Amino acid sequence: MQVTMTVNDVEVTREIEARLLLVHFLRDVLGLTGTHWGCDTSNCGTCVVWLDGEPVKSCTVLAAMAGGHQVRTVEGLAKGAELDPIQQGFMQCHGLQCGFCTPGMMMTARALLDRNPDPSETEIREAISGQICRCTGYATIVRSVRWAAVAEAQAATQVTETTESSEAGEIDNAGQPAEAVA
Amino acid sequence: MQVPAPFEYERATSVDHAISLLERLGGTARLIAGGHSLLPMMKLRLANFDYLIDINDLHGELGYVEAGPDEVRIGALTRHRELLESPVLAAAFPIFADAERVIADPVVRNRGTLGGSLCQADPSEDLSAVCTTLDARCVIRGPGGAERVVSMEEFHVGPYETAVADDEILVEIRLPVRPGCGSAYAKVERRAGDWAVVSAGAAVWLDGGAIVDARVGLAAVGPNTTGIPAISAALRGQEPSESLYEQAGTIAADSCDPVTDQRGSAEYKRHLAAELTRRTLRRAVERARS
Ligand SMILES: Cc1cc2nc3c(=O)[nH]c(=O)nc-3n(C[C@H](O)[C@H](O)[C@H](O)COP(=O)(O)OP(=O)(O)OC[C@H]3O[C@@H](n4cnc5c(N)ncnc54)[C@H](O)[C@@H]3O)c2cc1C
Ligand code: FES
Ligand code: FES
Repeated sequence: MQVTMTVNDVEVTREIEARLLLVHFLRDVLGLTGTHWGCDTSNCGTCVVWLDGEPVKSCTVLAAMAGGHQVRTVEGLAKGAELDPIQQGFMQCHGLQCGFCTPGMMMTARALLDRNPDPSETEIREAISGQICRCTGYATIVRSVRWAAVAEAQAATQVTETTESSEAGEIDNAGQPAEAVA
Repeated sequence: MQVPAPFEYERATSVDHAISLLERLGGTARLIAGGHSLLPMMKLRLANFDYLIDINDLHGELGYVEAGPDEVRIGALTRHRELLESPVLAAAFPIFADAERVIADPVVRNRGTLGGSLCQADPSEDLSAVCTTLDARCVIRGPGGAERVVSMEEFHVGPYETAVADDEILVEIRLPVRPGCGSAYAKVERRAGDWAVVSAGAAVWLDGGAIVDARVGLAAVGPNTTGIPAISAALRGQEPSESLYEQAGTIAADSCDPVTDQRGSAEYKRHLAAELTRRTLRRAVERARS
């Protein structure tokens, strides 16, 4: 069968088998191997991508079901050369070790911040509760997401401040928001 | 790599279109809603179908929670997250949010649907226990637009078996609204997002401090979609009290049929059925009073 969907703002059309899962479509057909594939049983969350803006486990969605819909993968997170604050947070706070769970974690985290720009530690843990990390023990992942939340809030106030008085914001010269470093 | 066996994919554009596809394709076809029960089973080759009929485009038609004077109506394609976040359900039946918080995880909840949960008819399904507790009616539509309405007891014919025929679709759940209602849900699981070891839902209806009616629905302790009439009988007309909850818990433990498996012994599960019944009844009464 033929399927057409929009992946990271680009429309793609491919001839596929109806039984092809979205995760394999992204990785094997489109070559977008940033989306990882771990457990096969809908448990580990490493395959999380967005379907129409919502995180889904792409090993449990048929590629055919995504036809006509918008898919976003970790490759579509950065804006050109500029990393998303979530990606910066994972770098700054050591949110990854082997990096296997990272794409899924970042996609879920980005969706969380879009809905709730100031999530508590509990809310972050709740959001990623369907995703398994075998390396970092979650503490640094939670810190990375908080870092991004603070960075975004500060960037927003900084924009207002610069337009008002061109004062420097609270982000220090290493680019680290004050709260997340403490 | 686990993939389902080959099948043909069709996409329904309306409820009636889905039914006409089912009529044409018969027992070789299955509806796919969230796919979060069906696809794992097909990957493991526990289920094989020649055709899958995708009903996700019917979300506009079948994804809703509506409050009426006598009943709350929920469309079969309403997703777990929509149930969790529904202000209508939070006001009328807080048992839904209690249950949804412990069903799977937020990402799975973005996909799974109420209809898929009930039609899967897994004895561990949390929403089946919730709907049993609230004495839900299930609206099933078939060829020619014919609709029939069945109770949860009639709906669940057995494990993984429902009253929905091959050419029919579950379209709506109706929850009767009666005054003085309080409801609650509790679950014991091995880890976050896991299926229940045992879970219990309770609903009570109070009038002038006394219990007019009460229902308890259990999950994962055998096929139980009755709302446990013996509990209703024992509680009707009584003032809520700890000893009454105790009595209800004992009835719950006696009327379930758990098996010993890797999640726990039958004895442990009976203990949980009793304890969770007590806790949810207590909470339901608190909510009915507040
Ligand atoms: C990792 C994981 C953890 C989970 N944990 C829990 C848990 O703790 N508690 C719990 O209760 N559930 C749990 N689930 C199940 C989850 O809630 C499923 O989404 C749900 O059971 C099925 O809903 P669905 O829409 O995905 O159905 P699908 O998988 O699409 O369908 C299931 C069955 O219902 C049929 N069907 C679907 N819709 C209709 C309809 N409208 N009319 C007629 N037939 C229909 C299908 O043909 C199929 O046979 C879990 C699932 C996963 C993957
Ligand atoms: S690979 Fe999809 S959840 Fe593990
Ligand atoms: S960084 Fe290795 S699994 Fe999470």
